[in-house]
Amino acid sequence: MTLHNVKKTVLPIVNLVRMQGVPILDQLHLEERLLRCDFKNWCILNVGTPQPTIVMGVSGKPSELINIKSVIYNQVPVIRRFTGGGTVIVDKETIFVTLICSREAIPLLNLYPQPIMSWTGTLYRDALSDFGKFHLRENDYVFNNLKFGGNAQSITKNRWIHHTSFLWDYDVRNMDYLKHPPRSPKYRLERSHEQFLCKMKEIIPSKLIFIEKTLNSLQKHFVLQPTQPEDIDALNAPYAPSSRMLTREELEQELLSTCA
Amino acid sequence: MASRVLWASRAASYLRISTFNRAFSTVLKDLKYADTHEWVKVDGDSATVGITDHAQDHLGDVVYVELPEVGSTVAQGANFGAVESVKATSDIISPVSGEIVEVNEELSNSPGLVNASPYENGWIIKVKLNDAAELNSLMDSDKYTKFCEEEDNH
Repeated sequence: MTLHNVKKTVLPIVNLVRMQGVPILDQLHLEERLLRCDFKNWCILNVGTPQPTIVMGVSGKPSELINIKSVIYNQVPVIRRFTGGGTVIVDKETIFVTLICSREAIPLLNLYPQPIMSWTGTLYRDALSDFGKFHLRENDYVFNNLKFGGNAQSITKNRWIHHTSFLWDYDVRNMDYLKHPPRSPKYRLERSHEQFLCKMKEIIPSKLIFIEKTLNSLQKHFVLQPTQPEDIDALNAPYAPSSRMLTREELEQELLSTCA
Repeated sequence: MASRVLWASRAASYLRISTFNRAFSTVLKDLKYADTHEWVKVDGDSATVGITDHAQDHLGDVVYVELPEVGSTVAQGANFGAVESVKATSDIISPVSGEIVEVNEELSNSPGLVNASPYENGWIIKVKLNDAAELNSLMDSDKYTKFCEEEDNH
């Protein structure tokens, strides 16, 4: 085997953690620890979170993004996560896929939002173009012009995270907790949540097929090394993740401030 | 066209700025630069810090700036805040060590100042320096210009 052939086959290792039904806040805490306290590459797969939960981006203002009265009345948890981006409502039919990488994992990738977003777009295009007209459209994953996944990123000096909540299925009544956001992509065209989103289960045969296709696409770039969550060293690192659940008092305060 | 380029480079020289041949990001001659794309303007034992024109251009429209607390300390090479753009938070890395004596509160209402005026109204923090010798590890405008070109061309 020539040196050239050896070089071509050496791919970076990505530790693959597969979870089922882990609460989204726990997942976010794990991700933040892996981004900040670890140096390895990671792929986190979590199929479902136990209860419907609203997850806002780092700068999200509840009064602009959610219907606070009904959220408080129905005791829907609201989380502010550490990454940028918009607001989603996730539940047991949401599939979460996260990639956390060091700069060296993809050497020619500049660590800015757009290049990373484009790179993940090609990853999911490879995985999903058999099922429909996949596009990365104004930073959303869409089939035609229907969004099926919300994504967000965080970039540090030498590492980055890109995580996505894929809408395998959803209860349209839950979407009523979310307002039409002040910053919307142009292609949304004032459509309601129901008109703007699509359910992956109507396009892809099964969750397993979606996951296998995604892992196959990842394996073009990485060697995936299965890892058990309990074996993750960063869980013990002295670090306080910033993602947190908003308290009822905070939500009530927000509601009062809009009424004032 | 040649005369316009000549005029532009003379104007740039007068204004103490340098421009790439492709006429994109601005780099100011009197500042120091980190390889993480922050700039420092030194005034005695104080420094003003922001992100460069190159950085704001590559980040996209900034919609939020996470500012540190006045009185907290920063360390060279460590993050002290973040900007949000295009669904991403990006760490801001301090090019110097010291105590934060002022933050640009305007950025809370107008985060777009980072894009519109990265070297003036978009400044982020002011720091009382611990160790002026740290500035020697930063790049001057010529080195930073070259650094940006190499980053964009790789």
